[in-house]
Amino acid sequence: MRIRPQGKQPRQAEKQPSHSRLAGARPQETDCANAQLDAVAATQALTQGGDSAYDSGVKIDAEASALRAYAIGGSPPRREGPEKVRGQALYVDDLPADFYGTGEVELVHGVTVRSPVARGRLRAIGFLPGVPWDEIVVVTAADIPGQNHIALLENDQPCLVSGLINHAEEPLLILGHPDRVIAERARTLVRLEIDPLPPQLDLDDSLRRGTKPDAGPNDVIWGKDNVFKTFTIEKGDVAAAWAGVDVIVEGDYETGAQEQLYIEPQGMLARVRPDGSVEVFGSLQCPYYVHAALMAVFNLPADKVRIVQTETGGGFGGKEEYPSMIAAHTALLARKAGRPAKIVYDRLEDMVATTKRHPSRTHIKTGWRHDGTLVVQDIDFRLDGGAYMTLSPVVLSRGGLHAAGPYACDHVRVRARAAATNMPPHGAFRGFGAPQSVFAIERHMDEAAAKLGMSEIALRKKNLVRDGQTLSTGQVLRERVDMRALLDRALALSGYEAKRARYDEENRRAAQGQGGMHAQRRRGIGVATFMHGAGFTGSGERYLASKVTVDCDATGQVHVRASSTEIGQGTNTIFTQIAAEILGLPPDAITVVRPDTSQVPNSGPTVASRTVMVVGGLVARACQQLKTRLVEAGQGMRLAAAGYRPQQFRAAVQAYLAQHGTLSVTTEYEPPPDVQWDDKAYRGDAYATYAWAAYVAEVEVDLVTYETRVLDFVAVQEVGKVVHPILAAGQIEGGVAQGVGFALYEKVAWREGRMANGQMTNYIMPTSADVPPIRVEFIEVENPRLRGPGGAKGIGELPLDGTAPAILNAVAQATGLRLNQIPLLPEDLLAAYARAGLENG
Amino acid sequence: MRAYLPEYEAVSARTLVEALTLLAQGAGGLDGPAQPPGRRWQPIAGGTDLMVLFSAGKLPAGRYLDIWGIEELRGITVAPSHIDLGALSTFTQVRQHPLLACEFSSLTQAAIESGAIAIQNRGTLGGNIANASPAADSPPALLCYDAELELVSLRGARWVPYAEFHTGYKQMQRASDELIVRIRLPRLSAVERERQVHYYRKVGTRKAQAISKVCFAGSFVRDGERLSRVRIALGSVAPIPLRCPRTEAVLEGAVPTSAVIAAAQEVLGSEIAPIDDIRSTQDYRRTVAQNLLFDFLAQAALH
Repeated sequence: MRIRPQGKQPRQAEKQPSHSRLAGARPQETDCANAQLDAVAATQALTQGGDSAYDSGVKIDAEASALRAYAIGGSPPRREGPEKVRGQALYVDDLPADFYGTGEVELVHGVTVRSPVARGRLRAIGFLPGVPWDEIVVVTAADIPGQNHIALLENDQPCLVSGLINHAEEPLLILGHPDRVIAERARTLVRLEIDPLPPQLDLDDSLRRGTKPDAGPNDVIWGKDNVFKTFTIEKGDVAAAWAGVDVIVEGDYETGAQEQLYIEPQGMLARVRPDGSVEVFGSLQCPYYVHAALMAVFNLPADKVRIVQTETGGGFGGKEEYPSMIAAHTALLARKAGRPAKIVYDRLEDMVATTKRHPSRTHIKTGWRHDGTLVVQDIDFRLDGGAYMTLSPVVLSRGGLHAAGPYACDHVRVRARAAATNMPPHGAFRGFGAPQSVFAIERHMDEAAAKLGMSEIALRKKNLVRDGQTLSTGQVLRERVDMRALLDRALALSGYEAKRARYDEENRRAAQGQGGMHAQRRRGIGVATFMHGAGFTGSGERYLASKVTVDCDATGQVHVRASSTEIGQGTNTIFTQIAAEILGLPPDAITVVRPDTSQVPNSGPTVASRTVMVVGGLVARACQQLKTRLVEAGQGMRLAAAGYRPQQFRAAVQAYLAQHGTLSVTTEYEPPPDVQWDDKAYRGDAYATYAWAAYVAEVEVDLVTYETRVLDFVAVQEVGKVVHPILAAGQIEGGVAQGVGFALYEKVAWREGRMANGQMTNYIMPTSADVPPIRVEFIEVENPRLRGPGGAKGIGELPLDGTAPAILNAVAQATGLRLNQIPLLPEDLLAAYARAGLENG
Repeated sequence: MRAYLPEYEAVSARTLVEALTLLAQGAGGLDGPAQPPGRRWQPIAGGTDLMVLFSAGKLPAGRYLDIWGIEELRGITVAPSHIDLGALSTFTQVRQHPLLACEFSSLTQAAIESGAIAIQNRGTLGGNIANASPAADSPPALLCYDAELELVSLRGARWVPYAEFHTGYKQMQRASDELIVRIRLPRLSAVERERQVHYYRKVGTRKAQAISKVCFAGSFVRDGERLSRVRIALGSVAPIPLRCPRTEAVLEGAVPTSAVIAAAQEVLGSEIAPIDDIRSTQDYRRTVAQNLLFDFLAQAALH
């Protein structure tokens, strides 16, 4: 597939800057020029920063300005931002043993001994000389006082292996020593005797072998058939619908595992109090998940387990379920050692041992009329869940519910299966199944357009769902939906139609050797239209019954108590905005309480793009009720519903407290009466509401190196009311960057079920140099039905869904190849050219 | 940090003599017996590669001689016939040197594309050579410019052509008591410089902060329609940074017609020996190396 010289060397071509340096090019000068530009940009940014409404307002009237900046729709500074910027924020590895007042000065550092094989039976453990073993605390499954499992959907995952090993890197034992270096050394001196068993490392292989009639013990590795969950969505009559179609389109689509790559690796600090109660402090998204897991491992009642979130350097779903595991290990070590214990993973351990995005395979068969009407969709969606169930059924649900895309179609079948394999368990990752199935359907739409001889835009416009129409589950869209307007805006911002035509022409000419300097460059532009359901799937929110408490202390300070964690996305700031707006108070009067299960009620996990919409809604309602209570308490408090100053509020609170003792309001999630979901039939309102989006990516493929560069990106979305425009844009930009990685860079090198590239030098996430300019636009639609604060919907996961398919659709235009597998690395693109049997030039 | 600290010993030398004396003791060059390999002093300069291994627990235990503070190994000096770079010249110093940017622009480019700014402040040219990674970014440029290395021990000094320095994977012509002290780049005449074409392209796993999958440096002096002084060197396609004399020979003195370029691509394909590894594939490396040769000659033709 290498480039061959064409008949004549181009001599008179236009001179264009290129990535390589040729004679006369002086990198030095170029750099100086760039450095100056950078300095100017930095100065401008600083100036603009200093000009924010909040900063300049302080000079005029601090109080009024703060109120304005902290209103919903303002963009106040992050509440915890200054500490983070100054390096004062304490992450778990910064905490000394006595940080929470234990009085202990020395703690035990733990390390985890893990399985080197994907499947086998642990026969014996030996300890080789080289460290003082008598000083080392060794924790095995036998040291677990309660249940040896990590409680979640199904209690199938052991906390520590006691016999059968089901995946590589599975934790076998914990070693602890006050000297981290010795603990680390001890880890290399453990000798494991393992009888290896044949592992199952492929999801389809596992599904096949799990259901074959003569399945043996090496075929069935989980349950009765290796299936964690399966369900089918049925709408209309798929079998009969094929009779009425003119064109059938079929394709297979595949996505890979992806590592969350939060900046701060997983870590926990634990102690066991004299009364046997357990306390854990650490980096996590969902305090009450960890709480439930430790209650089971220690066989303790709820009030004897306390979980506190420390400053958390990112999660992306990676700190949704895994923290329960490391918290249990750390607490078991603390219990056995009789003093506080800490386990903090290094990057290598974090990457090889913790969860990743579920790899997926999707087969799509669709039927169309000649005019582009989508008649029928038959979709088979499979996920590799890894060795234990973790959250796979829920990930599968979200993936399956997004698999048919935002299209109106009368006949739909989605068959979804999550398979057990002997891979490390896959888990939650921003998007939660949807990026996988959206990739498939959005690539499929472009392939269908090509087969129908229609433009991919016209085909989408013809079939995009409108309000009043139904999604695959029969959910009637009662909110206002205008996907066509979003698509039009994205097309206009990106200059899509003109570029699409121009690139077709340029690519054709370049292939004929008329490109001059650019003979080896191909360009493309691609689109994806998609949606993301906000909040928990189906009846999830109903079961969770989240609670939020807002109370006031004697100084009049307002405390917002929720288990929603600040993980870099802005929870503290947004809850402050919501409370400040409703209570009419400056931000300083509001404290968002650090999530601590002894201090905050269970408002559910910090996942599923639910924090603003669901929990924020509870905060809003609690603040409203608190205010009403003060107003209605009346006598002499001079607190008017219309407006008051903070001092008046404080006086009113103090008067109330003097009379009633406490001022506290707890609100609980109330399922909207018109949201109905049937868990068994997969029918009804899958999500209370959806965010809608149209993304456009522009790429250049270099046929010298097969590298794809994303040149430009446009992200247009409707997410209801945008509570904090800067944080919201940051969510979109970060999600798109992660989507660029998902599409083009991030590939786990699996070797017999182990991750072989668990370092950031070899697992390639894009840097700022690889991420294009991202133009983010929010379109707000009047939607009186929305219940989030001010009408806000979910936003966090949305950008992961559409980025990869928009990019691959662009690469498909650039190369003319069928590219239905991500990540698409340069090596994969070269192989695709080889498969297609195409010669360059 | 996975290294076991008690297994390491480190000293800092302040002068070249001090460093060479310690190296000589280990090698048995001074009265005492030669030490077993684990007891010999290993030089460490910027540490940008060794400290990564150390942190991962993969740096062999033993004795490390910190040479970072030896002033005699610093400085870039310009003579009419050559430029000398002290072995401790950092990538930052290389990338900021104006004359290097004019006459040895591929080396400047290599320095720009190596690691992050922090790595460039700390990583040294001598260390990049002695670390002997086939994927290092500066060796292909040095090979293109006929670099020579000065090696010094208490036994004396000697010059080695860089093209002969690497002898096998992580094997090189440096005795255990020797230090690389200087890298010399011979300068072309003003007339030749006018007609010299440089090409450097690092194909990494991403745009920055990446290790090379293929790294290509090429240069020639234009002689009318013909190519002269053709130099082609690659990284990440063989156990050592590889100069490609057979490919050069196809092009030397030739007019780069399509047939000549195709013949050179063919020879290059057999002259390199890429492998499959965690970063790329053999197929990709060979194809891209051949494409880069084409790109080098095609783009050069436009200038």
